[in-house]
Amino acid sequence: MSVLIYAELDNGSIKKTSLETIAYGVKVAAATGDHAVVLAIGSAEKRELEKAGHYGASKVLHASEEKLKHENSLAYADTLVQAAQQEGSKVIILSKSGLGDAVAARAAAKMKAGIVSGVTALPEIGETFKVTRSIFTGKAFAVTEIKSDIKILVVRKNAIELDESSVATVQAVVEQFAPKLADEAFKATVVNVEKASSELSLTEAAVIVSGGRGMKGPEHWQPLIDFAKALGAATGCSKPVSDLDWRPHHEHIGQTGIKVAPNLYIACGISGAIQHLAGVNGSKCIVVINKDPEAPFFKAADYGIVGDVFEILPRLTEAAKTLK
Amino acid sequence: MKILVCISNVPDTTAKITFTDNETKLNKNGVQFIIGPYDDYALARGVELKEQFGGSLTVLHVGEADADPQIRKALAIGADDAIRINAESLDSYYTAVQIAEVAKQNSYDLILMGRESIDYNSGVVHGLVGEMLDIPSYSPVMKLDIEGSEVTITREIDGGKEILKAPLPLVLGCQEPIAEWKIPNMRGIMTARTKPLNVVEPVSMEALTAPEKYALPAPKGACKMIPASEAETLIRLLQTEAKVL
Ligand SMILES: Cc1cc2nc3c(=O)[nH]c(=O)nc-3n(C[C@H](O)[C@H](O)[C@H](O)COP(=O)(O)OP(=O)(O)OC[C@H]3O[C@@H](n4cnc5c(N)ncnc54)[C@H](O)[C@@H]3O)c2cc1C
Ligand SMILES: Nc1ncnc2c1ncn2[C@@H]1O[C@H](COP(=O)(O)O)[C@@H](O)[C@H]1O
Repeated sequence: MSVLIYAELDNGSIKKTSLETIAYGVKVAAATGDHAVVLAIGSAEKRELEKAGHYGASKVLHASEEKLKHENSLAYADTLVQAAQQEGSKVIILSKSGLGDAVAARAAAKMKAGIVSGVTALPEIGETFKVTRSIFTGKAFAVTEIKSDIKILVVRKNAIELDESSVATVQAVVEQFAPKLADEAFKATVVNVEKASSELSLTEAAVIVSGGRGMKGPEHWQPLIDFAKALGAATGCSKPVSDLDWRPHHEHIGQTGIKVAPNLYIACGISGAIQHLAGVNGSKCIVVINKDPEAPFFKAADYGIVGDVFEILPRLTEAAKTLK
Repeated sequence: MKILVCISNVPDTTAKITFTDNETKLNKNGVQFIIGPYDDYALARGVELKEQFGGSLTVLHVGEADADPQIRKALAIGADDAIRINAESLDSYYTAVQIAEVAKQNSYDLILMGRESIDYNSGVVHGLVGEMLDIPSYSPVMKLDIEGSEVTITREIDGGKEILKAPLPLVLGCQEPIAEWKIPNMRGIMTARTKPLNVVEPVSMEALTAPEKYALPAPKGACKMIPASEAETLIRLLQTEAKVL
């Protein structure tokens, strides 16, 4: 038997979040006494995929057909199910993302598998199989038992501590995997894909600098961008900021936007409305800069500065530039 | 065009979440319930499409009678009729089976949902229902246009967006800016009272997962305040104390 982990690819490499998911799956496999197999779909170099071994996976199945080039949850779910059958996998693990959820859902329906999305910690495995997941957009947790024979877990970022220093130099064995793909999975045609490839993706970024209405207008964003650059951070914003078109929609963070879980989230001129907090409460460390000492965001923060963003940000940028 | 919109009934986004019965039940006391914000987008786009193409718009909820006011609101916003499957829905798979059962009997052209419910938020019901009906499902959809039998969808993917053309029928999980939320008007509220709300019993199935207990996050430690005059020390603290740089 095995634990099967679906690793998402981006530009031919395994995504950082998926590396974390591999490490998570390896720990689950250790607990169930199985080995961990990774499935990667799309084009990638063998050397890249071998890196799954660094995180403890013994084998990578690589489905690289041209047809699978576009993110296609229907065909990917087909592929995942066939991989699970070949490997006799009883536990299947994916990373929480739009794609991860879609593939997991379709695969669950095919296999009559219990599915839990938003898992935040390793499962408790004994006579029963229990997972903890985030509910009410981070306001609470639920402990849920999965009773079905096959179990599907969709795992959030930071569900385990990934200790990069313990990463081994073992290579995983990469095997080609050729699923039988039904025509139905290709009824839709992809007309266009727009990817901001130069920008650091918010869901992958370790540090995010985010701005709210307190930034006063799009023409005042430069100090925030400079600070983000100095930290190697991605930039985000609150909902009104993207509604007003000060910043692009894909930067909108919160309940109705992107949910992020970086190591460090720095909020500049954001009041900290509960719907905004819902998108950032998975962050390890939160810094708030706001001129209003009563801003609710301070209650959710680890570090706070009461002050004017336009005065503070350039100084922080200078200080960050001296970092090594 | 025959449209089905699936709505969840969730605590208002500002609600304080607590639990009762030994942390096994949500404490609904003093909590205001609303149509899921994403489902509200799905409903708004559904109403626009119905206005454009004619046909019918049904709203569907899997849940108990306390959701009826929210279902009436959906009728007031523009749905023609409603179905409530009378069952507690705590598991996505169970909910999807109930929705798929209704869909099988009615052959809808379009099944619109929210990108995720905001209570037990998962973002998986659309994928499950799509697979159970053997039709494509896409989420999160930001733009949806229909011409003849061809649908053009813009959906968000990691770090960007993808434009797809697909034939009907489809299951879609919606998010902004697919449409503007609609507020019911007086006429809508009046006519909603007489629109049919059919309550049906669920198909029986054993749930594949079972919630055991709930917990609140550990309270956050106090925020460390740094005087504005010493703002630069933040960077050092982040590096040496918080170890996040
Ligand atoms: C259903 C629903 C869903 C929502 N979803 C989201 C969501 O996903 N994401 C989201 O962000 N919001 C969301 N909102 C909106 C949310 O309620 C708030 O309105 C919004 O987050 C406020 O944005 P803001 O903090 O940028 O602006 P404001 O609330 O206007 O706050 C601006 C802050 O900047 C500070 N400030 C002003 N000038 C300066 C200065 N010079 N220096 C330092 N500080 C300064 C002020 O003190 C203030 O605290 C949602 C609302 C609803 C009802
Ligand atoms: N109990 C329910 N009744 C009807 N539709 C639901 C229910 N729960 C979820 N949905 C729909 O499925 C979408 C995704 O839900 P979820 O997978 O729970 O995040 C929601 O936005 C709703 O449109």
